[in-house]
Amino acid sequence: MQDTIQGRIYKFGDNVNSDIIIAGRYLIYIDPMQLAEHAFEMLGEGFPARLRSFDILVAGRNFGCGSAREQASTAIKGLGIKAVVAASFARTFYRNAINDGLPIVECPALYDAVTEGDVIQIDLAKGVISHAGNSHAFPKMPDSVGKILKLGGLANYLKSTLTTS
Amino acid sequence: MSQPGRPMGQPGGPTGQTIAEKILAAKAGVTQVTPGQIVDAYPDLVMSHTATWRSVSVMKKIGAKRLYDPSRLAIVLDHISPAKTEKYAADQQTSRNFAREYGIEKFYDVDAGIAHLVLMEHGHVKPGDLIVGTDSHCTIYGALGALGSGIGYTEVASVWVTGKLWMKVPTTIKLTLEGRFVAGVSAKDLMLHLIGTLGADGCGYKSVEFYGGALPDMSVSERMTMANLAMEMGSKCVFIPPDEKTREWLLPRLSDPADYKPVIADENAVYEQSIEVNLAELTPMVACPHQVENTKPVTEVLGTRIDQAFLGSCANGKYEDLAVAAAILKGRKIDPRVRLIVTPGSKEILLEAMRSGILATLVESGALVTNPGCGACAGDGGTMADGEVSLSTANRNFVGRMGSNKSSIYLSSPATLAASALQGVIADPREFF
Repeated sequence: MQDTIQGRIYKFGDNVNSDIIIAGRYLIYIDPMQLAEHAFEMLGEGFPARLRSFDILVAGRNFGCGSAREQASTAIKGLGIKAVVAASFARTFYRNAINDGLPIVECPALYDAVTEGDVIQIDLAKGVISHAGNSHAFPKMPDSVGKILKLGGLANYLKSTLTTS
Repeated sequence: MSQPGRPMGQPGGPTGQTIAEKILAAKAGVTQVTPGQIVDAYPDLVMSHTATWRSVSVMKKIGAKRLYDPSRLAIVLDHISPAKTEKYAADQQTSRNFAREYGIEKFYDVDAGIAHLVLMEHGHVKPGDLIVGTDSHCTIYGALGALGSGIGYTEVASVWVTGKLWMKVPTTIKLTLEGRFVAGVSAKDLMLHLIGTLGADGCGYKSVEFYGGALPDMSVSERMTMANLAMEMGSKCVFIPPDEKTREWLLPRLSDPADYKPVIADENAVYEQSIEVNLAELTPMVACPHQVENTKPVTEVLGTRIDQAFLGSCANGKYEDLAVAAAILKGRKIDPRVRLIVTPGSKEILLEAMRSGILATLVESGALVTNPGCGACAGDGGTMADGEVSLSTANRNFVGRMGSNKSSIYLSSPATLAASALQGVIADPREFF
């Protein structure tokens, strides 16, 4: 995983639940590409195709609330989204994203500052988001958790610990 | 020593511990923990439901062969059961084969019912336990004083293999309940009121402990509804401290009664926030499309047409829920425009409903009764067409959860559901009490 992520943002509101991100009928899949074909489908015409031209999702409070389905973060990864920045996350989505190797950042200050299509740069190592000449600091993940994300997710992390032990 | 900015429980005295703090400390093998601290905790039980095959696939992917402790695994095939397509059948086969290969004794097949209810009924959930599982509504285990929290399938595989997971110690909110419900108002209405007031993330990352003079009279079934629905305000875990009701319900179900060891909070435990609710002031509530926090008193949505009524789920598919509905439906017929689907939460509940006769009452009123399990709440049957409206006793009304993204879901108590099924529109249950 790279320490710096740059790209165009798509903006969601508060309480985007995991049923919206990927509907229950697609939980028969675990492959990111198959899931991505149906990601955000519940939002209607144009989804998910519309999201493929963006790099980063920005959302309000409680992103990923509801079901603990891990495929919510997998589907977002499958769309080619490189990170999600939200004012806050639901805890199950937060864990699943780390375990899936999808960078997530809690930064409430960014939300009101950006509009769809803006370019932002996230520096995970420094804990700073740059946007239109402004910097927004965010708390970095504890190292004990961040190392899972760094290795690209929990499966990779486990593989590395199982081979070394 | 207290952390900076954290109030002491008593001036000059040591800081007491909440239930979540005590359980996480015990499972991490330390004497005391502080909110915000990250610990490696060893769960007593790891639940996986229909998602089990996905965790099996992770084990294969990482090349793991050994489980940390097979006796800590519980597997219940509850969503989409029995299998409705070959894909589901193959996935369930993978789960069954895994359970056989590893000698998983707490394995329950498609006949058993909803994992949460099945595990509690079979004595696999005890006060003070730490339980994680592939389902957000694991919070329900707090009805018996256990710390339950949802995780994803990769993390379940990780706990299977390593026995542990990292957990952040949450702050705790104290909810005190006083007074008594008026007739026709129930635990579901209380929870919809709280979710509407506090919001979908009102208890985000936090533990919730229930107290108050109203609790001793509340049944274990009502407590399950409360601990289940508290997830919809973001709670990480929920506790109804064990009391006589808990002991009475649980002791006959435990293989060893000596395992019953309630964990309660210290008197000087520190709470982030205290909220009091007078149950007597509550009215029947409904969650309107498409967010659970979008709640209104039933009186504001009276007359809303419904096409389907679903009585079931881990929130309200228990025997008492079915009995409340049956009492209203007895000797009456539901509106011919409504499809009433009843899905008992578990085999035990189904059997009890058969023996007491309420199953016959429900069927005579016009209900369709399905096999135990998650049923329509998990998109298994009862699919909604464009423009249709469902009233459901489940815990989520998110867009498209029960079918078309042009259909809508209202959530209510079993009593409101039964009253509404009779009239074909959302109705006030209080007229039946």
